[in-house]
Amino acid sequence: MRVRVDGEETAAEAGQTIAALLMSRGRRSWRTARGDGRPRGLFCGIGVCYDCLVVVNGTPDVRACARVVAEGDDIRSQDPVEQAS
Amino acid sequence: MKQMVVVGAGPAGMAAAKAASAAGVEVVLVDAGPKLGGQYHRQYNLVDGDRFELPDEVEHLAESTVWALEPTDGGHRVHIRTGAADDPERTGRVVETRALVLATGAYDRTLPFPGWDLPGVFTAGAAYALARGQGIAVGDRVMVAGTGPFLLPAAVSLIQAGAHVVGILEANEPVTRWLPRPLAALAGWRKAGELARHTALLARHGVPISTRSAVIAAHGDERVEAVLTARLDRHWHPLPHSDRRFEVDAAVVGFGFTPQLELAVAARCEIEDGFVAVDAAQATSTGGVFAAGEITGIGGADLAAAEGTVAGTAAAKLLGARVRPPLRAMERVRSWRRFAAALAEAYPVESGWHGWLRESTLVCRCEEVTYGELRRAVTERGIGGPASLEHATRAGIGMCQGRVCGANIAALAGIPGVAEGVARRPVAVPVRLGELAAER
Repeated sequence: MRVRVDGEETAAEAGQTIAALLMSRGRRSWRTARGDGRPRGLFCGIGVCYDCLVVVNGTPDVRACARVVAEGDDIRSQDPVEQAS
Repeated sequence: MKQMVVVGAGPAGMAAAKAASAAGVEVVLVDAGPKLGGQYHRQYNLVDGDRFELPDEVEHLAESTVWALEPTDGGHRVHIRTGAADDPERTGRVVETRALVLATGAYDRTLPFPGWDLPGVFTAGAAYALARGQGIAVGDRVMVAGTGPFLLPAAVSLIQAGAHVVGILEANEPVTRWLPRPLAALAGWRKAGELARHTALLARHGVPISTRSAVIAAHGDERVEAVLTARLDRHWHPLPHSDRRFEVDAAVVGFGFTPQLELAVAARCEIEDGFVAVDAAQATSTGGVFAAGEITGIGGADLAAAEGTVAGTAAAKLLGARVRPPLRAMERVRSWRRFAAALAEAYPVESGWHGWLRESTLVCRCEEVTYGELRRAVTERGIGGPASLEHATRAGIGMCQGRVCGANIAALAGIPGVAEGVARRPVAVPVRLGELAAER
């Protein structure tokens, strides 16, 4: 299937999580912390820590480790301003 | 209403669902994952099909979370959302039941250390889930550290996903602690066989396993480039001049497990020493609510499955089904609990890790609260309770709701009950406001 990662079209596999897709592309971080602006990526890997958040189809705060890719997904890394309350 | 709800499709939840359906009860089995099995029996998700099979009477709600429990006259209303994780378009469903089995499992306990917020530091559960579920190694050169037997399957999963495991650092000295407990060791002989197989594979790959050692810092600019390790004394204080630096691109850490207590707390189940208190039938202090698996004590998949069988049978009986007492499962529970007690004794978390921290080390990752800020709140401002500590420092109020830092902050601040306090939240998992609005 085809999805977009930060605007760039890429192939993804059915059943793949967004975190696995990003990491298989060599990414280790895709979010910056609100306070110190330091990079964050995957940590707990099982949906508990909320560190691996991404924006999917315009919705922020989606856990990349838990979300499985779907055809046409628009996946973007999350800047502090996009963190919804 | 002969319908039972089981939350969690790991070993405990699956066993509970099977036992209840065998007694003729209809079961709704709710689980966040796309496939059955839970964390330990995590299935490869890039192929179709499910390695586990459940009877037709069990309705498996995959990709579903219970976000609230509401007490009703004689039971509970279970609020469920189903769909892609964190998607606003998930569909809601409410199931009423007089018999609820909670088998929500556990997640890794991690300890803070300088650099643990760098990308490239992962929990053992993350490494395992990505390797087993997605076929990906979290790094090319990986150091595995922490305490407990789960470090071994985590390391094995990394090797099988193609990583080079530089070493495994076990902070305890488990062998000496095992010897005084021959009964427990006997109960765990099957587990011992499993561990021996892991150890053999690790030996074939030349992975050195060191005891009384730990990763005490991770170094790197934008991601992990190296870890600093140290030898520890028996209280986990680093021994002087024992530091070594290893060039790695990932550090995988795990210090045992923390039970996922939100729903049990929401159901007002009594919590004892951090776990859900249950009787011999796995009944909690709340009528109609049973608990099985890691939320009643960390003991591994076999104990969880045995407890699940007992809980499912007892819950079916409560719904009026004719059941035979699950004597064999109850016997297995007793013997595995001895093993679990020995495990807990062999792999404690000692307090020396407090000394690994610097003033600037984050203790709460979500709200970016440093050890210095926490210490000042406790010593200078005399903060003495979990709620006031959260207000004063913001520690534990971020997105993870204290799941990651709760136990650590409790230990650092010397405040009992923080871990339990953080599990007390009106909504068990974050849901979107739009979803809440659509619920009624």
